[in-house]
Amino acid sequence: MDFNYLSVILFLPAVGAIVIAVAKGANEKLIKRLAAVFTFVPLALALYLFIAFDRSASAAGAFQFEENYLWIAPLGARYHLGVDGLSMPLLLLTAFLGFLAVLISWKVHDRPREFFAWLLLMETSIIGVFISLDLLLFFVMWEIEVVPMYFLISIWGSGRKAYSAIKYVIYTLVGSAFMLAGILALYFGTNSLNMVDIANLGLGAYQTMIPAAAIFWLLFIGFAVKLPVFPLHTWLPDAHTDAPTAVSLMLAGVLIKMGGYGMIRLCVSFFPDVAVKYAQPLIILALIGIIYGAAVTLVQKDIKRLIAYSSISHMGYVLLGIFALGNLSLTGAALQMFSHGIVTGLLFAMAGLVIHNIEERDLTKLGGLARQVPVMAAVFSIAGLASLGLPTTSGFAAEFLIFLGSYNSTVVPHITVYTIIAIVGVVLTAGYILWMLQQAFFGPVKQRFDNVKDADGLEKFYTFILIAVIMLVGIYPAVLTDVFKLGIAPIAKLIGG
Amino acid sequence: MNLITIHFERLPDWVGALPEITLLVFAAAVILLDLFITRKGVLAVVSIIGLVVSGLFSAGFWGLNRSFFNDMLAVDSFAVFFKILLLGVALLIILASTDYVRKFRRFQGEYYALILLSTLGMMLMAAATDLISLFISLELTSITLYILVSFLKDRKSTEASLKYLLLGAIASAVLLYGMALVFGVTGETQLVSIVQSLTAHAYGSFAANPALTMGIVLMIAGFAFKIAAVPFQMWVPDVYEGAPTTITAFLSVASKAAGFAIIMRVFLTSFRAHVTLGHEWGLIFAALAVISMTIGNITAIPQTNIKRMLGFSSIAQAGYLLVGLAATGTFTGFESSMHGTMFAQKGVLFFLASYAFTNIGAFIAVIIISSKINSDNISDFSGMGKRAPLLALALTLCLVSLIGIPPTAGFMGKFYLFSMAASNGLLWLVIIAVVNSVISAYYYLRVVKVMWFNEAPSMERVTSSVAPLVALAVCCLGVLLLGIIPGLVMRLAEQAAMAVF
Repeated sequence: MDFNYLSVILFLPAVGAIVIAVAKGANEKLIKRLAAVFTFVPLALALYLFIAFDRSASAAGAFQFEENYLWIAPLGARYHLGVDGLSMPLLLLTAFLGFLAVLISWKVHDRPREFFAWLLLMETSIIGVFISLDLLLFFVMWEIEVVPMYFLISIWGSGRKAYSAIKYVIYTLVGSAFMLAGILALYFGTNSLNMVDIANLGLGAYQTMIPAAAIFWLLFIGFAVKLPVFPLHTWLPDAHTDAPTAVSLMLAGVLIKMGGYGMIRLCVSFFPDVAVKYAQPLIILALIGIIYGAAVTLVQKDIKRLIAYSSISHMGYVLLGIFALGNLSLTGAALQMFSHGIVTGLLFAMAGLVIHNIEERDLTKLGGLARQVPVMAAVFSIAGLASLGLPTTSGFAAEFLIFLGSYNSTVVPHITVYTIIAIVGVVLTAGYILWMLQQAFFGPVKQRFDNVKDADGLEKFYTFILIAVIMLVGIYPAVLTDVFKLGIAPIAKLIGG
Repeated sequence: MNLITIHFERLPDWVGALPEITLLVFAAAVILLDLFITRKGVLAVVSIIGLVVSGLFSAGFWGLNRSFFNDMLAVDSFAVFFKILLLGVALLIILASTDYVRKFRRFQGEYYALILLSTLGMMLMAAATDLISLFISLELTSITLYILVSFLKDRKSTEASLKYLLLGAIASAVLLYGMALVFGVTGETQLVSIVQSLTAHAYGSFAANPALTMGIVLMIAGFAFKIAAVPFQMWVPDVYEGAPTTITAFLSVASKAAGFAIIMRVFLTSFRAHVTLGHEWGLIFAALAVISMTIGNITAIPQTNIKRMLGFSSIAQAGYLLVGLAATGTFTGFESSMHGTMFAQKGVLFFLASYAFTNIGAFIAVIIISSKINSDNISDFSGMGKRAPLLALALTLCLVSLIGIPPTAGFMGKFYLFSMAASNGLLWLVIIAVVNSVISAYYYLRVVKVMWFNEAPSMERVTSSVAPLVALAVCCLGVLLLGIIPGLVMRLAEQAAMAVF
């Protein structure tokens, strides 16, 4: 590979952050344009890589567009990037939402220089997580995101923002503390930081004093905080609710996907035997997450909080898909991560718009808006229907794959019962989504919203793009699953699924 | 211990002590010049020249492995690593002091000279290979520091100095008693001879000889005072708060680094006569690490004075370093194929280097800000993000590094140190340490929050002369470089670590 595409995609947002931070004379408009450029180019490159990605069967399990340089010699750490079928779509998703986050933030007028600098830095860090193939690099990227997030929530957030920000930081750091211990144990056991080698050789090749199950759990806790898995989820509603719209989008869209990605990439593919052994309790946790998350969502009155809680339920499906440990269910979990990214991204964007234009976030006080803001109502409805998994939307494709895959999974006992319980969650989802739509947009028209503005040109632009992607993935999921399969198949083979 | 005699023609003893002699000469010169010169800035320049010259001499001895003065002082890479580290710290402190010294109406010359002499004592600590030279260098360091702490001459500063003096004297006595017991058991004061004697008597564990056990434990207590490990930390908050802030920074970094140098030298040379013995004192250090980290971090949370907070934070940082010391004790790499790559002391050395940049950087930012707003209270730092964005950014970077979030030196230091501990069978200790890092995030970020999110009481800019800003820039650069491309310093730490085993 002559041109280091991945490095360019990775560092362009960070370079943009620095340019924005030091450009002294730049006014607000220029800053926003700079931010748009520095996120659009990575998106274009990521799209190019997605198209150029080798989809032939021989490419299964192989990493493409690899870059591999020595980084820290005494540690044996390498600057090693690469994408396979699992990370390629997630990279695309991150670049996509990173660009949209800039567009969505066009109405941020408070300290714009710092806002966009932090936002772009965060994008670099998230991209880094998905394309790093060295454990140390992975961890570094994983951690960097904490600082921008802390600033973004505390300065531009709303409500109890200081509390939510520090809660987010502490939860994340607790998780990554355990993860760091896990990585160190892994490093000691294998004397390697190379994620590809460790996955290929398996831990069986190494004898360590530390049992594999202990390392598995240390890593799992780190990812479980991020995903989040019940009972480690309590940071999520606070952070999502109080964050500014663009940050909620990034949080729900890609940041929590780091957890699911880490589980597949590290926990399952490094420790297939341990994963099989503990799959059952983890699936029960997933079910609790699905049902409990949905039940709590049903009683939410704040529009953003409702969407935030729905993420817990949706991430329960991801966890179910992962630890059903079948080829199909894992693919479904990966697709669900992508789908949830765009669907919830759209939901948060619309919620942000409602809050911005209507200045009301309490669902019980909204109502009848479909008459006054028809575009917003239509888009919100589509996003909602995608979230509850209506056929022809991406949500349906993903959930269908997960249920099909887990129902047929051979690895975990009683999985059919668990799958049926999980499907009950879908009914609850329909309940809260329809309730939300009804409360906000239908029912008697309220006079005081008569002068509310509808979505403007820019907002129509990005919401329509998102809807197009949702529909595309819903109608023709193979566009993604063909790629995901290449990354998932070798991992599923380790389990024998 | 085999002393490799390199093909270096037989050097006279004084050549080996050239860096120390240089420093002594310059310290004397500073005192003398003080009598004639009215522009006191010159004294700082002279001191800096002295530090640089001494540093160049030290660097010239890199890779040498020899003893001088009848094996009283060693000149090896380990000592050189620490000498350069300590000289660098002293240099940064002097740069940072140029504004601060205006607070002292008199004795500016003595201030610089005492810093040089204190550094001299610390350099000797890093080189000492005999209990006698070790104790003398320790006292030279301590006595100069007692004076420096009292330099503000107000009530708090005097009280701090007196407290430090009294408790320090007790610690020295305890240490000396421990040394006496070890001498009584082995009949030797040379570190190398002690280990031979222990091996000859087959004193391979604590159970073998109660007097030896007592001696080792008392020595640990004495040293633990110097590095401010719990439960020997009682002096820290008051002394850190009362002392001139520059000296607080000096105490928290240089004095601690020298303390760790001496501990590693003594314990790795003398008391690893047997694997069991190593494990036993390793576990004592592990216990000290746990309580230092936990108590340091938890007591830092309610602090409202930033100097006190940084004081408690330095106790916690000493705890992380003790994790590394514990790992040197429980070293399991003797038969391993990875022998040499598992020396935990290299983790300690690298962590000390990264901690030096980070903590001094934080202190310099605090010095600049505090002297403008005339307050050490964290709440008075509000709105610094608007009043002095670059200063606030620098302080934020240093605090983030103290938490241990990448891409900073603090993270790499912890990663390196903890990976050594994990590979020496102390994963449980590593888990306690990383959880402690999380606790620490709470109080470090509180300062960040006050600076960036609270409203400024006034919009007056915070200004400073060039020298402290240069020192701060060097620190920030160091924090980032050690965080992103730490390979070179890790390599140096590795070579230095090989010298004491």
